[in-house]
Amino acid sequence: MKIAVCVKQVPDTTEVRIDPVKGTLIRDGVPSILNPEDANALEAALQLKDKDDKIKVAVITMGPPQAEDMLRECLAMGADEAYLLSDRAFGGADTCATSTTIAAGIKKIGKVDLVLAGRQAIDGDTAQVGPQVAFRLGLPVVTYVEDIEIKGKKAIVKRQLEDGYEMIEAQMPCLLTAIKELNEPRYMTIAGIINAYEKPITVWNHEDVKLDPADCGLNASPTQVFRSFTPPPKGKGEMLSGTPAKMAATLVEKLKEKHAI
Amino acid sequence: MFFEKKHDLIRKLARDFAEKELTNDILDKVEETGEFPKEILDKMAAAGFFGIKIPQSLGGSGADHRSYVLVMEEIARVSGVASVYVSSPNSLGGGPLLLSGTDEQLEKYLKPVITGEKFMAFALTEPGAGSDAGGMQTIAEDKGKYWLLNGRKCFITGAPLADFAVVYAKTDVTKGTKGISAFIVDMKAKGVSTGSHEKKMGVIGCATSDIILEDVKVPKENILGEVNKGFINAMKTLDVGRLGVASQSIGVAQGCLDEAVKFAKERKQFGRPIAKFQAISFMLAEMATKLEAAKLLVYKAAWLMDTKQPASMASSMAKFYAAETCNEIAAKAVQIHGGYGFVKDYKVERMYRDCRVFTIYEGTSQVQQMVISGHLLK
Amino acid sequence: MAVRVIKEKCKGCGKCKKVCPFEAITIENKIAIIGDGCTNCGQCVESCKFDAIEQDKDETKVDLSAYKGVWVFAEQRAGVITPVVIELLGEGRKLADAIGTELCAILCGDDVEKLTKDLIAYGADKVYLAEAPELKDYNTDAYSKVIYDAIDKYKPEVVLYGATHIGRDLAPCLAVKAATGLTADCTVLEIDPEDKKIKQTRPAFGGNLMATIVCPKTRPQMSTVRPGVMAKAEYDKKHKGEVIKLKVKFGKNDIRTKVLEIVKSKGNKVSLTDADVIVAGGLGIGSKDGFKLLKKLADKLGGTIAATRACVDAGWIDHAYQVGQTGTTVKPKIYFACGISGAIQHVAGMQNSDIIIAINKNEAAPIFEVADYGIVGDLHKVIPEILEALK
Repeated sequence: MKIAVCVKQVPDTTEVRIDPVKGTLIRDGVPSILNPEDANALEAALQLKDKDDKIKVAVITMGPPQAEDMLRECLAMGADEAYLLSDRAFGGADTCATSTTIAAGIKKIGKVDLVLAGRQAIDGDTAQVGPQVAFRLGLPVVTYVEDIEIKGKKAIVKRQLEDGYEMIEAQMPCLLTAIKELNEPRYMTIAGIINAYEKPITVWNHEDVKLDPADCGLNASPTQVFRSFTPPPKGKGEMLSGTPAKMAATLVEKLKEKHAI
Repeated sequence: MFFEKKHDLIRKLARDFAEKELTNDILDKVEETGEFPKEILDKMAAAGFFGIKIPQSLGGSGADHRSYVLVMEEIARVSGVASVYVSSPNSLGGGPLLLSGTDEQLEKYLKPVITGEKFMAFALTEPGAGSDAGGMQTIAEDKGKYWLLNGRKCFITGAPLADFAVVYAKTDVTKGTKGISAFIVDMKAKGVSTGSHEKKMGVIGCATSDIILEDVKVPKENILGEVNKGFINAMKTLDVGRLGVASQSIGVAQGCLDEAVKFAKERKQFGRPIAKFQAISFMLAEMATKLEAAKLLVYKAAWLMDTKQPASMASSMAKFYAAETCNEIAAKAVQIHGGYGFVKDYKVERMYRDCRVFTIYEGTSQVQQMVISGHLLK
Repeated sequence: MAVRVIKEKCKGCGKCKKVCPFEAITIENKIAIIGDGCTNCGQCVESCKFDAIEQDKDETKVDLSAYKGVWVFAEQRAGVITPVVIELLGEGRKLADAIGTELCAILCGDDVEKLTKDLIAYGADKVYLAEAPELKDYNTDAYSKVIYDAIDKYKPEVVLYGATHIGRDLAPCLAVKAATGLTADCTVLEIDPEDKKIKQTRPAFGGNLMATIVCPKTRPQMSTVRPGVMAKAEYDKKHKGEVIKLKVKFGKNDIRTKVLEIVKSKGNKVSLTDADVIVAGGLGIGSKDGFKLLKKLADKLGGTIAATRACVDAGWIDHAYQVGQTGTTVKPKIYFACGISGAIQHVAGMQNSDIIIAINKNEAAPIFEVADYGIVGDLHKVIPEILEALK
């Protein structure tokens, strides 16, 4: 059995700061990390592998050559194979175009019995690529997965809902997107790190995965960024005035204005 | 300059581990109870922290001295005592075995130390023989079928927890350091006791005590290395040990600097953060500069060892300077915290106590100066 | 690449490199190079003082005139319309009016026709209704097939979904099926008065950056919208609308997942680090009982309570609730500091909260220095008023 895990290297958005004077993003010194929910997806695959050593786990990502560092990290956690889809033609992709490329990569890996991905990446928070890859591969998809059990040719999964959960049975092969409640990702091991640098990382461009440049990257992205801006910086605090009822009403109004409640 | 890509990942692993596992709650509890949680030790073992430089064929991780330094530094940055648990199997516990152990001894004693199942203590120091190991009075007599050990070792880190200890004893009382041999002693053997725990200033959570040996029969096969070659084994072990303490020093110093910078930005006096006062900001600048210098000494020593170059002087310099500098930085960090640095709410209080021993154990600063000047004047 | 550097004008100052949110720009030989990571966001174009970066404005004309109407996915669970749908109808009405088109809802379920009345009263001019036993509970395959068929047949120009666990599962599948773009978690939607296209604004980078997204060449334009952001539609019994029943038929392999059971959980305890809203109390709450009032506010906002060390030391509450230097560090969306003076140990654990509201009798309390909104007053009077205002 083979499990493909889709991963992404992302800037650690919790470390991103806004320059208080210029109002721009300060990216210097912000580390690149394995997207947290992708780590949950990888952990789920590794747990299945722990139970059955015939299972092979392949990690796949689309990104610049530097994404190799993150793939080494996945290998150091215990993945068997690593694939990097890297090509200028893939650049500027929105979720729709990204899913085309990743799906092409997974097809090239060969027969895959299960695809796992994080629900969403912390730099975009869209949660779109997982289901879209599933669609392009013609696989059933379950998102927001917080528990997985494989029973023969079926995956029994627990899907989180805002006010509870549902149990879903999905035919395999299928694609599942992981949330942090699914598990606690393991640490790399030191031996794993040493060995990860002995393993190859397969790099594919658009020709390798048989994609026309017109079908990937910016060219194949239906959405475009019209503009981007940093939200206005947090100014000096405001002291409310009036009777308690007046202040309470003003506060609630302000919170609603900011969409905080 | 001294590192390869894999070392970045090793640092990341150790940092993630330290930040996630060694929480304030846990560390406060360790200080209160004097006990270190077994679950964390198990996790350290699983991550491979206990056999960093040991070849994978022996169950270790197959990494190098630089990896060891990085793990020690990152763990010590959050907790001094946790780093003692990392250093022990890698250095004083596993070191003597790795240097002189037979295949059987490696299998029987080193492997369980790497997996964290067993704890190995290093018993060299005696009440009357600290830096002067040649003056030791523990004696091992050859009784034909076994060795008979008598004597008293003191300040042995981890002795009350240990399953085994490498004990150095005189096998030829006429010969000073050339009459010392090393033995693997089962701590449960008849005649072995540990005495009461020392009440220490810092590094609380790893019990330290005496090991008392009264007519202890040690099987013949438990001699480690050749007879009368124990001193060389001890000195080579301590060579690496010095690197470990040097790494702890830069780790704790980094932790102190981080805390001091954070506090200086948060704490307001006279209407502005104290970091805006030159008296504070210059102190921080000096701390950071000295720490950087110490780090380079430590990293270089590890790099020399990894590239099989002579590293004795370099590791003594690293240990001497890093440990002294760490104490200086910790004292300044407490000073910047003011009254808050004197209470246990703030981490620098613990770090200040923890690092005090760094200039003392595994060769005092003065012994390091002897080694360094010895190299200069030979 | 659609963003280009004009080499003759570029001075290699590196300003564009600094502003690029995607780290896609490098400076080589004093000239900026746009790399693979470029998403055509245009930050660099605006930043360049030398007009050395230009951005393609795609001028290709595509005929999109066949697409009409604003659709809202009328998500229902167990026969009850999800609250975000009413917000979508409110927003959808504004968009439809700005474009000059109709507002429609699409409803899937089993025996849910009774809900169409409400959807119409909330402003839908048409309700597309799909009913089948397979549609009773949400199922990705079943819902996406039925809704895609309707999109294909009736060709809406905008489709809005609530950014719920269901909407965020369904919308991406439909976007790929319809070969169109989708923008997730929008907080602002507006119609460009010139070309009537929708401009979708959403937070990215953990809220540190806002991006306005357009979908110029394909239809329908799709967005998921964060619940609680848009104003709810007014209920108007007199509003008239039409119900159009969709034909629903499933083949053998159309549905590949099966819902075995749905379980509702009762008010889970929220952990401090995960909570979106924290209502924290200090010694100023007066006694252990003060937390009861705080709890009411926390429950109302779906958050949790917390405390300062002083309250923990006084034995009023468990250490697990302590925020600060020796407790937990938190970063909720809203942090209420009630009767908390603002000692540095406490502030260290909460100062990165998105919005900090301080309620304290003492107007000189240092907590007001970090607060976004300060209320000087007795929390026992102020909090009940806030609860009242939230009704």
